Amino acid sequence: MEEVDVEPAVTNIPAASSGTHLGFAWGPGDILVYETLYKASGTGSGDIHEVRKDEDIYSPILRKLFNESHHIFVGLQTIREDLPSKNKKPQFVSISKNYRSVIRACMEELQQVSILLAIELIWNLCEVLFIDAAPAGSLLLHLLDWVRLHKADVDEKAREVLQSESPAEHRDYWDVPGGTQTLTEFDVKWRHWHEEVDRCLQDNSFASNKHLELICKILVGDEDTLLEHKDLLSTWYHFLVTRLLFCHPTVKPTELHYYAQSCLTMFLDSRSVPEPLDSILLAAFEFDIHQVIKDCSIALNNWWFVAHLTDLLDHCKLLQSHNLHFGSNLREFLLLEYASGLFTHHSLWQLAVDYFDHCPEFGRVYLELQIERVPLDTERKALKVLRICEQRQMSEQVRSICKIMAMRALRNNRLGSALSWSIRAKDAAFATLISERFLQDYCARGTFSDLDLIDNLGPAMLLSDRLTFLGKYREFHKLYGEKRFREASKLLLSLMTAKIAPRSFWMTLLTDALPLLEQKEVSHHIVRYAVYGQVLSL
Amino acid sequence: MESINAKYVSQKISKSRWRPVSHSSLQQADIFATGSWDNEDNKISFWSIGSHGSSGVEDGFEGDPQLLCEHKHDGDVLDLQFLDQDRIVTASSTGAVTIFRHHQNSQTISVSQQWARAHRYPSDNAPCTGVVCSSPEIVTVGEDGRIIVFRADQEGVIRVIDNADSSTIHAVTYLRTTEILTVNSIGQLKLWDLRQQSNSPSQILSLSGDRVPLHCVDRHPNQQHIVATGGQDGMLCVWDVRQGSTPFSLMEAHSAEMWEVHFHPTNPDHLFTCSEDGSLLHWETSSQSDIPSFLQGGRNSSMTSRSAMAPAGGNQSLINAWLSGDSSKGRLETTHMLPSQTLSVNSLDVLGQCLVCGTDGEAIFVNRQVPV
Repeated sequence: MEEVDVEPAVTNIPAASSGTHLGFAWGPGDILVYETLYKASGTGSGDIHEVRKDEDIYSPILRKLFNESHHIFVGLQTIREDLPSKNKKPQFVSISKNYRSVIRACMEELQQVSILLAIELIWNLCEVLFIDAAPAGSLLLHLLDWVRLHKADVDEKAREVLQSESPAEHRDYWDVPGGTQTLTEFDVKWRHWHEEVDRCLQDNSFASNKHLELICKILVGDEDTLLEHKDLLSTWYHFLVTRLLFCHPTVKPTELHYYAQSCLTMFLDSRSVPEPLDSILLAAFEFDIHQVIKDCSIALNNWWFVAHLTDLLDHCKLLQSHNLHFGSNLREFLLLEYASGLFTHHSLWQLAVDYFDHCPEFGRVYLELQIERVPLDTERKALKVLRICEQRQMSEQVRSICKIMAMRALRNNRLGSALSWSIRAKDAAFATLISERFLQDYCARGTFSDLDLIDNLGPAMLLSDRLTFLGKYREFHKLYGEKRFREASKLLLSLMTAKIAPRSFWMTLLTDALPLLEQKEVSHHIVRYAVYGQVLSL
Repeated sequence: MESINAKYVSQKISKSRWRPVSHSSLQQADIFATGSWDNEDNKISFWSIGSHGSSGVEDGFEGDPQLLCEHKHDGDVLDLQFLDQDRIVTASSTGAVTIFRHHQNSQTISVSQQWARAHRYPSDNAPCTGVVCSSPEIVTVGEDGRIIVFRADQEGVIRVIDNADSSTIHAVTYLRTTEILTVNSIGQLKLWDLRQQSNSPSQILSLSGDRVPLHCVDRHPNQQHIVATGGQDGMLCVWDVRQGSTPFSLMEAHSAEMWEVHFHPTNPDHLFTCSEDGSLLHWETSSQSDIPSFLQGGRNSSMTSRSAMAPAGGNQSLINAWLSGDSSKGRLETTHMLPSQTLSVNSLDVLGQCLVCGTDGEAIFVNRQVPV
């Protein structure tokens, strides 16, 4: 068992009186806490407290994030596997950008600086390093974009400093690799230029102009000068990219982590400790994807970020598939955790279904267990849940839900609704139960209730013997009422002989036969009635 | 197909309706109302899609719908209709029927009138599933199988038909000013004449096959005997209520429940349906004859019909089309109007060239250039 990386967080329950002994029970996404009588001083409250770790899913703005990203997620799963990987990479980059734009849209709505800022920063870096996998040369450009995006105002000032002198040289400088020249060509030119600036500095040719000298020092990437202007570079990774820009513009991805580590160390005071964000970024620069995911999982209280990012990286075939102890791989584990969290939400549970669908090992089992817990307040909701179960051939859940709804309808005396649910589940036993109710009503009151239902059973009649009997028995009454005695009598006889009549009804059937005996057309049936009566009395 | 943008609204939309525009003013649709469901706090909201006539609108989706105002709603909004320019009536899962007034000047909403527990069981609430109005009369139906008639601005109910149905009534619509049509969960259409005092329907129609629950119904705007229904199996049925008791034609439309069907109010050769399977279909006929092809019954090259019985008696030319099996009397085209892979489309409304729909993916789609 791995050791815990961080101290567990302590949550105070303000409503509980201090000093009481608390009991608890785990829920799917929360803990129920109650005050016990053990060591109780005075009367404790009879309250149950619900402690939720993840408040994010209840934020209306973040709900947009969950819904939009669900859409992107489902689209990603349907990218065809057989395409060659070079065709897929632009698609993956585009999907990554879609995810990020969703994050940014939410960021704009949330007024205060939030965790989303850090999330987008990390995701963006992962996109540059892992998904786009920029090679040396364009790598720096991407990193520049990355930093610029996040430190827009700082960049403004830096640009002011840079553009105040020697525009021509700078223009050449920005004629960047990836354009018309190869990396080596650029490297040679750049070194040449760098040596020249360095020589100017050594010669003290700019000694007269302090500002120009300062600029030149920055341009050669003099560490001390850069560090002196720390306030302009508000973060160590901005410092890193700046330093790379001026010292090692053709940096290779594999060399990044050397510079990253040293920049982090140089930038931070000896007193300050790296924050979680810093270690995550460092792990990214070290191309340790698993460490990034692990650190993010711990630092964030919602699985959204790691689940979606890991899924995308898995599609890019960047995750080594090492199986976790409990049988599924990392991607599936994170998706299951995320989706399980969604399922606890009164509304977002519908999104979770698609996530479970794309977890091949355990997704179905999770869904089967969770879907039965969705509260069914209205028929409309029950129908939606049923549809989900039917589409996945979860026949047990279908029966169970239909039974719940049918029982509820029966309790409220909605026999037609109850029958409708039994038909959906093809539940013969319940159909029999409903028919019994009808027949009992008839016996009690002498008339049928809900004729609109019984007269119009249609093929549903065949669902259960009892139901068939009910339909046919009603038909008998109709025939009798229309004075079609011969047909009525024939039907009655067939009901008796077909053995679908319930025992309790046999006497009733015979009693119904009595008035028929007076009709001339059916006198030949008398003998058969007599035989039947004889059989009964035995 | 032009791209249609989703507006994510952080609530699952159960109903969306355009505010009616007066024909005289030639105004385009600009305001719509939505209701949410499955939230701990449900809401009704009014939205605006802004003014028309602005130039440079390439694909008709300039600007998102803007929220004007919203109001808390107790229970899921199971149906929503505009009573007039300022008031809407909602049907709630708590069994309540509520009239809300939209104050345009202050952009606020207030509860104008409410009948709480209009639909109920002896010991429980019963959701009110459908509402239709013809100001000032309001008719509602519910899971309790009741039909209730109200008048706006009058307390109490005007009329109740208890046990109108032994199963849940899913939707109601006006056939004529004094006749309504209901559909239920055992696949029956029932006509009710409100002038009669009896508590039985004047007519019952149903499919000859399985008793598939019906969820929605809409009447042809010009020909009052033509009615379209949709149900659990996603089939679109068109009925002629004057003749026979079985549908005229059946078309496979969706792979899951059809939640709403609407004839276009001014161009009834166009029909729109939306479904649990996440699709919204636009049906368009282009027949030579006056009668749209889906009213000609029987088989059509792009339809699959099940065992619908030929109607007894009735119009000779229609029966000929049926019997001759001629599939090219008219053409029927269907178009998907949404990108694939959306969650259930619960509701749609169309007015002029504007279409609005809401989904379980908490998104609203507005299309301002529906080709009608």
